[in-house]
Parts: sequence; structure tokens; C-alpha cells
Amino acid sequence: MKNTLGIIFTYKYEEDLKALTQLRSIASIPFGGRYRIVDFILSSMVNSGITKIGMITRTNYSSLMDHVGSGKEWDLARKKGGLYILPPFSNPASVNYGANYRGRMEALANITNFIRRSSEEYVLMTDADMITNMTFDDMLQQHIEKGADITLLYKKGNFTNESYSQFCFLSLDEDEKVTDVTINPATDRNNLAVGTVILKKSLLESLIQQCSSHNLYGFRRDVLQAHLNDLKIYGFECKNYFSIITSISSYFDSNMELLKDDVRRDLFVDNNSIYTKIRDEVPTEYRNDSCVSNSLIADGCIIEGTVENSILSRGVHVRKGAVVQNSILMQDTEIQTGSQINYVIADKDVVIRQNRKLFGYQKFPTVLSKGSLV
Amino acid sequence: MKLKKECIAMLLAGGQGSRLGVLTKDIAKPAVPFGGKYRIIDFPLSNCVNSGIDTVGVLTQYMPLDLNTYIGNGNPWDLDRNFGGAAILPPYMHGKVGEWYKGTANAIYQNIQFIENYDPDYVVILSGDHIYKMDYSKMLEYHKEKEAACTIAVLNVTLQEASRFGIMNTDENNRIYEFEEKPKHPKSTKASMGIYVFTWSKLKKYLVEDEANPDSENDFGKNIIPAMLGAGETLMAYEFADYWKDVGTIESLWEANMELLGENSPIKLNDPDWRIYSRNPNEQPHYIAAGAEVHNSIVTEGAVIAGKVSHSVIFHGVHIAKDAIVEDSVILPNAVIEEGAVVRYSIVAQGAVIGKGAVIGAAKEECEPGSIAVIGENIEVEAGACVKPGVMAGENVRKEADAS
Repeated sequence: MKNTLGIIFTYKYEEDLKALTQLRSIASIPFGGRYRIVDFILSSMVNSGITKIGMITRTNYSSLMDHVGSGKEWDLARKKGGLYILPPFSNPASVNYGANYRGRMEALANITNFIRRSSEEYVLMTDADMITNMTFDDMLQQHIEKGADITLLYKKGNFTNESYSQFCFLSLDEDEKVTDVTINPATDRNNLAVGTVILKKSLLESLIQQCSSHNLYGFRRDVLQAHLNDLKIYGFECKNYFSIITSISSYFDSNMELLKDDVRRDLFVDNNSIYTKIRDEVPTEYRNDSCVSNSLIADGCIIEGTVENSILSRGVHVRKGAVVQNSILMQDTEIQTGSQINYVIADKDVVIRQNRKLFGYQKFPTVLSKGSLV
Repeated sequence: MKLKKECIAMLLAGGQGSRLGVLTKDIAKPAVPFGGKYRIIDFPLSNCVNSGIDTVGVLTQYMPLDLNTYIGNGNPWDLDRNFGGAAILPPYMHGKVGEWYKGTANAIYQNIQFIENYDPDYVVILSGDHIYKMDYSKMLEYHKEKEAACTIAVLNVTLQEASRFGIMNTDENNRIYEFEEKPKHPKSTKASMGIYVFTWSKLKKYLVEDEANPDSENDFGKNIIPAMLGAGETLMAYEFADYWKDVGTIESLWEANMELLGENSPIKLNDPDWRIYSRNPNEQPHYIAAGAEVHNSIVTEGAVIAGKVSHSVIFHGVHIAKDAIVEDSVILPNAVIEEGAVVRYSIVAQGAVIGKGAVIGAAKEECEPGSIAVIGENIEVEAGACVKPGVMAGENVRKEADAS
């Protein structure tokens, strides 16, 4: 897929994720013990052979910039192509001053120079809220073979949950041609459009032009729905493991899925590597009284207590007599002696003092914000 | 603009490490994995960077491929620099002739041109087979203060141990007047750690002279140091009192790994001010299954543990199946311990497979001290087979012909 330009929308407004996105964009939420959500889509693109990727940012993106750096860890520190961070272009005269983009097309209008100067024939645009390890070669091939104008990646399933209320659903004929695009429909929520799109760069440029000259800004409404009849829109089914982070509860469930052997195999072992920023941590140390079961544990932890059904990021310290169950502990969390936590998501640098007890509920885990002291 | 480095390091990494047997069959000793996620060479390389030395020539000769790939452009150690950085220096042809590195001094001699590129005032000579954390910049300060031609780092050992080392006999000011290699009756307990700081102009002179002497073995300890002493140069001993371990034998390699365990490990790896860097294998966090037990051990990314592990060092990508037991052992990257296998007082090398129910080694208390069982790289031990304590398995082990 050398001939494809990658564009990642690193932000997304999800009211239900506010507790984790206050200080960062959705793309840089820590995930799975040592990753950030964006690592999955970024690695998938790189593993597909894409060598030029632009990341559109909106607000609170310093954490994301700190994470991706020069792009070196993804082999994206290149002379030709590589990683481009595309922050909002603040023009006081513009309607989107302060970069409160109303929609995808408005955000893309902001980076027309970046798109114009790229020599790639195709563009792969995607959100950064998904956990998957795939390559997009087959999707591009289908796009070319069907003579499609736009190809949308979709996942089959039963997505009745209301956390998908911001999503598009597709109706498809037997040839995978899209016959209808609906946003948050009452029924027929089986083909979830996951926000990954392939189209020709020239088409994208003309769509951006059309939208901005008519003061239109939404990709789904103003492109997909408006052009359903005059553009050939196809779907491409993703058959790899896939989950989308839409809420605290889906964030919690997606993390916990990593405790399943087949999910770990699909994401980390059988497919290409998922790259992330290296922290040069020491190996994790298990002391004499440690008792650990069904848990995923990153480097640099010290385990002296009990850990069950949990995900521990780099540098977590579980002290003697502490009990951690069904929890997600992000970088450098410390659980002191005698404390018990269950169904807790602790953001980075949280300290739980001695003998504290903190219990959430499976569908409603307690979230402790970055740096909290309990 | 004139480019110059005050001090560069030359790291002797060409040694075969024959005492490590099957562990160095396909790789040089400095490339041997250590401590869960490191290789031995990570220690001197990280020490260099942490000491502010940003130019390191790595001299390779024996089985260099793995080591060359590992070092690459030096990026994991921050040694990818515009001027300087890590450079791999194999022996090469000059004119119509070329020769192997004949000895440690000859290896440096053959790279005089490399050193002169940086126009250094001082050169640090290091070896790639020791585990320690040391600030070479302090030693360099000492060298400058004493206006020495050469400063040698020494460690105080016991009188019994002294006969295994090169011993520096010094006066009360730590000036060296005599060097004895493995003396039967040591006069001092100051053992050379194989770390030298030389004033480059002096070293160059002695290297050239040594090369001209056809009888010389071209070795630092045997030839260069005695020649400098004979000529009345100032040679100083620099005393080092922290953790230092030669990992040249199976037993010392095993011990050094074990010394990383526990709260009171003598070498504190988790030191934010003195990180040991390594090339990251980029694997997912390790997974401890339900029913597994892990005590007093270190484990790193990519490992999957379903069995019982105690007092062991588990490297990345290791799989330990359920009902398997690993005790007092070092399991190197990507080794697989299948169901019900028992591995005790052993070192299992990279990619080795220990079949179901196989028994490797025996309980440490029942073994002769030092009789560590070693399974070589990519060796397969058949299900139910047995490898006795102290045995080094360099070929696949079948059940009927238990290695003994």
C-alpha cells in the first residue's frame, strides 16, 4: 500500500469517556498495560506499508505528541514521508478559530495543503478509537477491483448498545455495495461502520472543496448520505479481532478481553507487531508473598501482594497485603499495604494509601483521575 | 569547524567465552542474554552513555552477526550521533593484507585510525563480559588529577580469590609498581576489573612499540602494562567498591542472574538515574494465568506463565505451561517449558523446548555446588527425557538416551 496516504483523526468527543480524556485525546489513552489506543491503528497502517501518515489533532494533544515523538518507534521518522502532526491552524478570521471543528470535512479542509502536497494516489482515513491488528491491503484491493469511489470498513455484529449512538450503520447488497447509511438507527444495527475509509486522493480533494464551499462539514451526512446515489460506496468486512472504545465500560471490557488467550494471540502473536513508545523499564519483580492469577503485567512493576484478573501498566507497585481484583492500573500506580480495590480504573500516578477499600461495579468501574491520592 | 572528543571508549567484544560452552556456540559472549531483558554488553554500553561518553568503538571478531545486529546504529543506548556514537569494528583488510585481532592490544592497534578520527585526549578500554554499574567520568577525573599515563580500575577481593585475577601491587598512594597475572602468592588484593583509562598519546606510543616486537602476545595485561611499568610511566589504581561480576563461567553467570532477585539485590537495576538500556523486543505485557504461582522471580514482556516459578529469571517470550515447575533457573528468550516439565538449578538457552514431563537438573540443595544443567540454544528435550545436574546439552536430547 505504498501508494496510500494515511490520515488519523486523533480526537473524538465521547461524553462517556470524559474521565480519561480530560487531559488527553482519545488516541493517547493508555491501553493494555503498555500501549496507547493509537498504537493499534498506527501499527496497522505501518504494517500495511503506509509510510506517510498525518495525525489531525484538536485539543489536549500534548500527551499524544509526547507519545509518538518523531514516529521512530513505528519506523515513521523518515526523510520521505513519515509522521506529520497536524495541529489546528488557528486563524482568528476563520469560523473554526480555536479549532472547534464541527465535523470531519471541516477538519480536512484545514489540512488541504498537506493533502495536496502528498503524491499518493489513495487516502486511508481513520479514527483512533479502535483496538485491532490488521492490514488494509485487502481492503484497497477490493476497492480497486470493484471500481469503488469510497470503501468503508465495517464490522458485523449486534451493536444494540446505546454507546454506539454516534456511529453509522450500513445496509449492503450481496456485492458489498452500500445501499443505505444510517446514523444511530432504531433497528438494523448489524453492520457497524467503524470510521475507516479508503478513497482516491483526487476525490477527497474535490469533496473537501464541495463541502467547504457549501458550508457543509460532516463526512457521514454531507458525503456518505448525500452522495449515496451518485458515488459507488462499498463496504469491506473486517474479520480480525476488533473493539471500539466508546465509553468507560467498553474501555474496561476491551482491556479485560486481553486476558483471553485467543484475543492476545490475534492482537500480539499471530499478526504483525504492535509498536509503542519504549520506556526502558526493568523486568517485573515478584516478591515472596506475591499471588497473581489471570493478569497481564507490563515491565517495571513490583508485585508483593495479590493481583487477580487485572491489567497492570509499567511501573505499578502492589505492596504487601494489598489486593487488586478486576482492575486496570496505569503507569506508576502504587497500591499500599493492606488496601483492596475491585473494578477500579486508576489513571497514571495514582496512589492508594494503606488500608483503603475501593470497589466499583463491573458495568460501572470507579475511575481515579491522573495523580489522585486516595 | 574542528571536531574533537575528549574521551572515547573502545569495547573489546570479540571474545569467544569458551567457558560458557553451548551458550556461546553461535554468539559472542557479550551478546549472551542477561537479567530478563538485557545482554551482557548493555552494561558497559549503558555505563558509557550514562558517564557522558558518546563515542564507543565495539571490536568484534568471534561470531559477530548477532552482536552486530543487536548494536545496530546504537539507538537504544542513545548512541546514534552526528559525530561519534557506536561503531562496530571488525578486523579488516589493509592494502593486500589483513589479519585477525591477535590480542587485545593488537585489536586497538589495528583501529588507531578510527581513534584518531576523534582526536581524543583519553581512551577508555572496556571489556564486554562484566556486570556492573560504574561512572567512568569519575575515573577519568581521577586519571587527570593524578596525571597518569594509565589508570586501572581495581576491586578489593579476598586473598584466596586474588590468585584468579590480575593483581595490582601498589604503593600507599595507589600508584602501581607491579602487575602480576594470577599470582600463586598474591601480595595485594587489588584485582584488575579490565577497565583502563589511557592518555591516548602514551597508549599509542606503546601500541606501536608492542606491534614492532615479534615476540609479544599483543595483550594489555601481559605486554602493554608491563612495558609501561618498565619505562617508569605513572600507572594508577582506581578503587571501585560497588557491585562487579565477571560472568565468564556458567556458575558466575547463573549467580549474577540470581543476584538480581529480592529486595536487597546488590545491583539495583531499577535506578532512574542510571538506566541500563537494551534493544527492546517489543512484546506485549507478560501474562500470568489462573493457577500459576510466581514467587521471588523477575519476569519480562511477552512471557506466558501457567506453571509454578520460584527464584528464577524469566526472559521475554518464554512460555511455561501449566503444571511445569521452574526453580532456581534462568530461562532465556523464547524458550518453551511444556506441561509438567521440571526445570531446577538450570540455564535454558534461547528457543530451547523442554518437552512434557522432562526433568532438567535437580533441586539445588541436592546438587554439587556449581553443577548447573545447561540446555543450548534451540535444543529440543524430548517429552519425558531427563538431563542430569551439571550436564551441558548441545544436541537434542532423546528419551532413551538421557544426557548424562
